[in-house]
Amino acid sequence: MDYNWDWGVFFRETTFEPGEIYLDWFIYGLGWTIAIALVGWAIALLLGSLLGVLRTVPNRWLSGIATVYVEIFRNVPLLVQLFIWYFLIPDLLPEPLQQWYKLDLSPAASAYLSVVICLGLFTAARVCELVRTGIQALPKGQSSTALALGFRLPQIYRQVLLPQAFRIIIPPLTSEFLNIFKNSSVASLIGLMELLAQTRQTAEFTANLFEAFILTTLIYFSLNMSLMLLMRYVEKKVAVPGLIAMGGK
Amino acid sequence: MISIDKVSKWYGDFQVLTDCTTQVQKGEVVVVCGPSGSGKSTLIKCINALEPFQKGDIAVDGVSLANPKTDLPKLRARVGMVFQHFELFPHLSIIDNLTIAPVKVLGRDKTEAVAKGHQLLERVGLKDHASKHPGQLSGGQQQRVAIARALAMDPIVMLFDEPTSALDPEMVNEVLDVMVQLAQEGMTMMCVTHEMGFARKVASRVIFMDQGKIIEDCAKESFFGDTTARSERAQQFLAKILQH
Repeated sequence: MDYNWDWGVFFRETTFEPGEIYLDWFIYGLGWTIAIALVGWAIALLLGSLLGVLRTVPNRWLSGIATVYVEIFRNVPLLVQLFIWYFLIPDLLPEPLQQWYKLDLSPAASAYLSVVICLGLFTAARVCELVRTGIQALPKGQSSTALALGFRLPQIYRQVLLPQAFRIIIPPLTSEFLNIFKNSSVASLIGLMELLAQTRQTAEFTANLFEAFILTTLIYFSLNMSLMLLMRYVEKKVAVPGLIAMGGK
Repeated sequence: MISIDKVSKWYGDFQVLTDCTTQVQKGEVVVVCGPSGSGKSTLIKCINALEPFQKGDIAVDGVSLANPKTDLPKLRARVGMVFQHFELFPHLSIIDNLTIAPVKVLGRDKTEAVAKGHQLLERVGLKDHASKHPGQLSGGQQQRVAIARALAMDPIVMLFDEPTSALDPEMVNEVLDVMVQLAQEGMTMMCVTHEMGFARKVASRVIFMDQGKIIEDCAKESFFGDTTARSERAQQFLAKILQH
């Protein structure tokens, strides 16, 4: 293969701004990636937990609504959902909101808004299923006991079911948390200059395609590795003494 | 204290309780026994509305369960219940298991609840275990904590649903001792149990159930003493469980 390896490319000045090197693009892109994933995750965790609870409450309408939500959001490809949020939904908004989205917001901000909502709602469906599984994995006697002590339904979830359910689902929840960082790369397709978009841009401007993609792979990998270690630490921290299923010890 | 009046219950077409009628007076200890599937656990779970029933009524301290306006959580908070499988909250320490309901349900002061919790743990012989978690205790210890947890709510009556059935034989007595002590202190109790030794010691009355019906409901003395006057089904049952 005739290829000119040059790892020094990341420290060369870009053609856009004096003083700016290509590595800066990657750092800037990583910033966007983290900003998309963290805000998306906050939405996913909150909405997903709420939906997961709804799927288990003794009310057919509430659990039905949550079920419909899950089926819609996990059966449509993520990329299709993103295009819907970015190209379609804005046109359906009421006039003042449309104005704000299309004119007042910078292109980056409107793309960011779309991708964060899209990833948040998509991942919420998956978190919902995890939370539901965690709740249903608990012995039925736990809620009977809580009822017998006089707890009302919201208290039973808050005090008894959710603290246990979340501990059980930490490992698959970690996977979802990592997934949202990786899925954030779809934002590059609507022009948001996150990590993947910066990589492609670097590759185009420098012709050092391999170096650019290897660096990005390493960045994604180390980012996710650190997040995984962080979650493992959290899992150990909240492990309950005397319970085998919790904390792996 | 508890009045059960012609209670019937169905699971679909299957009738689990048929016209059950009995009363428990204040200070009485009533033991409910019978073969498995006779409906005794179902009946006791109806008393604090953990199981719904379709006909009849149950009144606890004058509050009717069949009345749709009854605030069930409020009523349940006054009725202590101990389950076969302990059902301590595994994510909470022992002392938190004892204080969570008094604080969250009754709105008691946390420090007061903790002090009372320690008192109760001492009473069931577990005062050194307050900061442990349920998973670190034996079955017998867990069940004694479960009794203390129910007592922490200052219940007007205590319901026991086969409290020793899931225990190793060696641990049965430590739980029964706590229950005997409780009975002797005058607590109103209704116990589903096969521990006839316990029944002989502290029961005021014994109820025998079979196929969803209350077949015998009589004073302890006549239940164990005058067995020839008992129904045939009760005699068979007693012959099987008393021969050892």
